[in-house]
Amino acid sequence: MTTGAPKLDMDRIIDDRRTRIIVCCGSGGVGKTTAAAAIGLRAAERGRQACVLTVDPARRLAQSMGLTSLDNTPRQVDGVDTAGGGSLYAMMLDMKRTFDEIVEAHADPDRAAQILANPFYQSLSSSFAGTQEYMAMEKLGQLRHADEWDLIVVDTPPSRSALDFLDAPQRLGRFLDGKLIRLLTVPAKAGMSYMKVLNAGFLMMTNVLTKILGAQVLKDASTFVTAFDTMFGGFRERAEWTYRLLQAPGTAFLVVAAPEPDALREASYFVERLDAERMPLAGLILNRVHVSPAARLSAARSLAAAETLDMYDGQDAPDGRSGPRYGLAAAVLRMHAERMNLGKRERRLAEHFTSAHPAIPVAEVVAQPEDVHDLDGLRVIGTILSRQSP
Amino acid sequence: MTTRDTDWDGVRLHVVTGKGGTGKTTVAAALALALARAGRRVLLIEVEGRQGIARLFDCPPLPYGERKVALGLGAKGAEGGDVYALAVDPEGALLDYLEMFYNLRRAGKTLTRMGVVDFATTIAPGLADVLVTGKATEATRRRVDGRTSAHLYQAVVMDAPPTGRIGRFLDVSTEVSGLAKVGPVKTHADTVARVIRSPQTVVHFVTTLEEMPVQETLDGIAELQELTQGSIRPGGIIINMARPAMLGAADLAAAASGSLDVAELVVGLKAAGISDNHGLAADLMTELKEHALQVAMQNRERDELLTAGLPHYELPMIPDGIDLAGLYQLAAKLREQGAA
Repeated sequence: MTTGAPKLDMDRIIDDRRTRIIVCCGSGGVGKTTAAAAIGLRAAERGRQACVLTVDPARRLAQSMGLTSLDNTPRQVDGVDTAGGGSLYAMMLDMKRTFDEIVEAHADPDRAAQILANPFYQSLSSSFAGTQEYMAMEKLGQLRHADEWDLIVVDTPPSRSALDFLDAPQRLGRFLDGKLIRLLTVPAKAGMSYMKVLNAGFLMMTNVLTKILGAQVLKDASTFVTAFDTMFGGFRERAEWTYRLLQAPGTAFLVVAAPEPDALREASYFVERLDAERMPLAGLILNRVHVSPAARLSAARSLAAAETLDMYDGQDAPDGRSGPRYGLAAAVLRMHAERMNLGKRERRLAEHFTSAHPAIPVAEVVAQPEDVHDLDGLRVIGTILSRQSP
Repeated sequence: MTTRDTDWDGVRLHVVTGKGGTGKTTVAAALALALARAGRRVLLIEVEGRQGIARLFDCPPLPYGERKVALGLGAKGAEGGDVYALAVDPEGALLDYLEMFYNLRRAGKTLTRMGVVDFATTIAPGLADVLVTGKATEATRRRVDGRTSAHLYQAVVMDAPPTGRIGRFLDVSTEVSGLAKVGPVKTHADTVARVIRSPQTVVHFVTTLEEMPVQETLDGIAELQELTQGSIRPGGIIINMARPAMLGAADLAAAASGSLDVAELVVGLKAAGISDNHGLAADLMTELKEHALQVAMQNRERDELLTAGLPHYELPMIPDGIDLAGLYQLAAKLREQGAA
């Protein structure tokens, strides 16, 4: 499938030593994890010290990369060709553990224990809404800071909106600056006398909150926020650092999409957001594209031929000999017509995208007949990504 | 309403989950159409703020309010019932909750302004979940008016969060009791939980015949069972976007192993007036082999799904993309197979 878009030069990106972070983003179920793993592997085999940070890999793919245990530390992947001097590490994000580690690292033992036991902390650290994004960004920051790898490839969490991770730092900031936080920290900070100077709105709010949530919930929340208070600054600082890191020239964003309306709509939205946030977008990976090795036979002609064969099939010759059977050929022609139509529809969808974003380089990956779950499969994807014929 | 039994007679709240990319919203919408037989009213609820329902039904973004979006799938040649849709967000649900139980709408607006809703979704996602599921269960229980016992909606279909999150999302009382041991939110959560754990609620799993969605479906079913000790009923497995096999099993097996006779194809092509230029037949054979491998993979994944022992339904890939006509097609398939 060819569209008018420029071709994405994947090898140029991974061979450029200045590229330090590659972020694969896109909506759920489009093959982000596979793309990230394939890029990491190819980079390693071309001499980079690569680390793949993944969030939710398919079980067999994870196994093939040696990711059997969730220990939140990058592990070296076996079976990688290291002749070029590169290496591949991979890790699967454990968000609760990442969060716990931050708490343990930034609070004294007593306070850390208090935070870890708080019901609000437990709810926050093990839920999926937003926390995974904070933690993916936090881990990315940590890995980059450790400076043990010269290329980190991240696969973003399969969140409701693929952009949640970009919003994580701001959301944290908005939350921390919120009046609610100040309200909740008041009693512990200054006692009830301070409450008096607060306006009536605050008091009404406390009343309403107590009424709805119950006094215990409010007390737990207040304990949590107070205990957490000293750490918030550090949180925000690191989140902002990571955010700036993402904007830096050493980062390359790759938007991954399948040629389906929802995925491409999300990709469009993503591209616009990245632009608005001044994040460096390297290109679009259009995954699972259907092409035919026999594309010279059009869908229309193929279908017409199948119908012709239906008429001839089994028709006995005038001399009484039984006629030929064309069932196989007719079925193959129908299958081909369907494949061609699917390809045509995908091309039209891709053209919607490329006409709206004509300058964005695109790499197409043809649909594989089976799921990728070993290094060889990843190598095939890596090769396809890098051989985009002009 | 016909008298024919369906697999889910007596079920009034259908929760639809699935991995991202499997067409969960599409299937939820098709199920709502299928359930809306003549004379029935069905509510389709979306909880993730993506406005996917509005897009499917080709109408402007849904406000926080129930609105009629389509006519259901009728019996042959007849009109169906009514399908209403609602997009729930935690903020709207919170305001609703405050108004309904405390008559506190204005205070609710203040809470929103002061970041309480951010607070709920950031610090205590369990609270947001209970508000959202609370809205769905409220609609399920709602009566036409105070004088009759007839329900306003004969069925409610919820386009729920993805499989990875569904267990927690539905297990509201546990989620909330971690935060609130007593108090009004706890009481509310218990009411919601009673509906969700009753026989009138089931959770359907949407999947495609691919490795990861299938694995996630099986994991999701197991997790639901484990989290709720079987008190939340799994419903059916709805296989979406299945690609039909275009050849018989024997031919496909031969194609996959490469033992199919190219000569037979060449003869057929020639009879149809297509010459075997530049190895066209060989290329078609390559394509056929890919098709055979894909069908084989689909069969393996289907067998894997059946180990869950749940009723299952299969929906074909709609080649031209999903529009309203496509939705009715899928609804008809669901009804044919007894899902509605």
